[in-house]
Amino acid sequence: MSTAADMDVNMDVNMEARRILAVSISKLYASRAQRGGLRLHRSLLLSLVMRSARDIYHSSSRDSEPHSGPSPPEEPMDTTSSVEPERTVSEPQPTSPSAQAATEEPEAEYERGASGDKENLSPAKQSRKRRGKTSAAPDFLPSKRARLEPGEERYAACCRSGHPESLTSLSLNRVISAF
Amino acid sequence: MAGPGADMQWCFSQVKGAIDDDVAEADIISTVEFNHTGELLATGDKGGRVVIFQQEIENKNLPQFRSEYNVYSTFQSHEPEFDYLKSLEIEEKINKIRWLPQKNAAQFLLSTNDKTIKLWKISERDKRPEGYNLKEEDGRYKDPNSITALRVPVLIPMDLMVEASPRRVFSNAHTYHINSISVNSDNETYLSADDLRINLWNLEITDRSFNIVDIKPTNMEELTEVITAAEFHPLHCNTLVYSSSKGTIRLCDMRESALCDKHSKLFEEPEDPSNRSFFSEIISSISDVKFSHNGRYMMTRDYLSVKVWDLNMENRPVETYQVHEYLRSKLCSLYENDCIFDKFECCWNGNDSVVMTGSYNNFFRMFERSQRRDVTLEASRENSKPLQVLKPRKVCAGGKRKKDEISVDSLDFNKKILHTAWHPQENIIAVATTNNLYIFQDKVN
Repeated sequence: MSTAADMDVNMDVNMEARRILAVSISKLYASRAQRGGLRLHRSLLLSLVMRSARDIYHSSSRDSEPHSGPSPPEEPMDTTSSVEPERTVSEPQPTSPSAQAATEEPEAEYERGASGDKENLSPAKQSRKRRGKTSAAPDFLPSKRARLEPGEERYAACCRSGHPESLTSLSLNRVISAF
Repeated sequence: MAGPGADMQWCFSQVKGAIDDDVAEADIISTVEFNHTGELLATGDKGGRVVIFQQEIENKNLPQFRSEYNVYSTFQSHEPEFDYLKSLEIEEKINKIRWLPQKNAAQFLLSTNDKTIKLWKISERDKRPEGYNLKEEDGRYKDPNSITALRVPVLIPMDLMVEASPRRVFSNAHTYHINSISVNSDNETYLSADDLRINLWNLEITDRSFNIVDIKPTNMEELTEVITAAEFHPLHCNTLVYSSSKGTIRLCDMRESALCDKHSKLFEEPEDPSNRSFFSEIISSISDVKFSHNGRYMMTRDYLSVKVWDLNMENRPVETYQVHEYLRSKLCSLYENDCIFDKFECCWNGNDSVVMTGSYNNFFRMFERSQRRDVTLEASRENSKPLQVLKPRKVCAGGKRKKDEISVDSLDFNKKILHTAWHPQENIIAVATTNNLYIFQDKVN
């Protein structure tokens, strides 16, 4: 049961996770302009931090909402989340496994859709319109559209749609596979 | 060599490099390495140049000046290149230099940038031939009719000239960025490692190399770790180790199979769950691995600590030294300013009793293994009077700051010491700040 104090801590954790996500994305963009090309090691570390931040962000978002129903299976949908069960970050709010699993499924569906049909993503998913409800949408992203690799195209499309959840739900390893 | 006792003191000896604060990017030192006798000290920089210093032996009679190093040779090792297929620039920065043991009058070293390794021959010329039959001294050809007698040219002394020439170029073997090179104890082969692969070369053969480790997954989306450093065992020519971004070290025996993907030993310490954070993975990534000279131990450096491993014990290190534990609470800021990605190196002293590594604010740390004593010293122009004794420094992690202590928030994170080297036989150390090379020696009473 969440108290008001719990909600505050949750918000802080949420804000921290979003901030780290924002910093990470801008680093990822900056590294593309680096002399010597993309560094695999650095990109991998960035993606690991982003994944941690994503997990915290989602679990802290879910924790502020009541959850009901039977716990869906925790089976990860994509290869990237094979490390996720081990990821227990020491946060004040213990994340409930069922809540986290509930996050996995809608994400996984998005990823399956994305991986199944690389060429023909529906325009809605690639919409660059800012959604009103996520008013704190990332402003840190470059406004000029740069020439991107195929993996990065979808990544950038997510960013611009102003949807942090979908941003992070896109397989972070797409970034790596853009190598 | 006397081991460093509890009352060992270090003094300033020399500093090399530009004085002004405006650092030219090409002058940033990227690697430092003594040769096997310690007589030569090589540095590589971001501009692709190699500078070699030589210890002046003449002054060995004056003990306080025994470690004067002067410029011996300077040459451009690597130039910037362009990969047209990938539209990528290849940096000329020298990532590593490794000396070959000396076999004849010339010296040989391997230097590498992200993609290409070069074998350089450094040789001295102090005589030149004079008295050719067909040529004048200035090189013009003589009129053959004017030649009446035959003579043998003689070698006459000349001013010492040190020449560096590239003898081998080992290229096109790495898709990813080379992070390590290591010469085998057999003196015939060496390895080069990039993020995902390790190749074995013969020093004589440039058009072929053998891939001995390959951790590239079939699907790059499944990538979870990369190779961060690799080294051959100093005595056993069949053994090598490589470290990973996940904080593990794998020891491989080349006799087992041609492809050493299966490790012989896996060194890994279980993570302390109380230290878990967003950045746990980044800070556990190993930035350097070095065998001890006697080959019984190896040392690894991750972001916050140095660990010494006994090669016979895989489940945990035998010693762990905290380099700058006060940074653990600052990881978020260090992530934002990119410092968390800094790759610190570490080194052993000649008899493996002390380990050394760098930190921020131009501090560097030494850990004496048997006595469990450690010291923090600073490389700065303020402490660079000849033979000035270095005063130990202390960082105040929190609470009341004592006099002479420096608080964590006052540390200059732009002043980092990533590369250090210890003379193989004497207590002389080379410490590289951003663009300066400091040489310190132990105080001789």
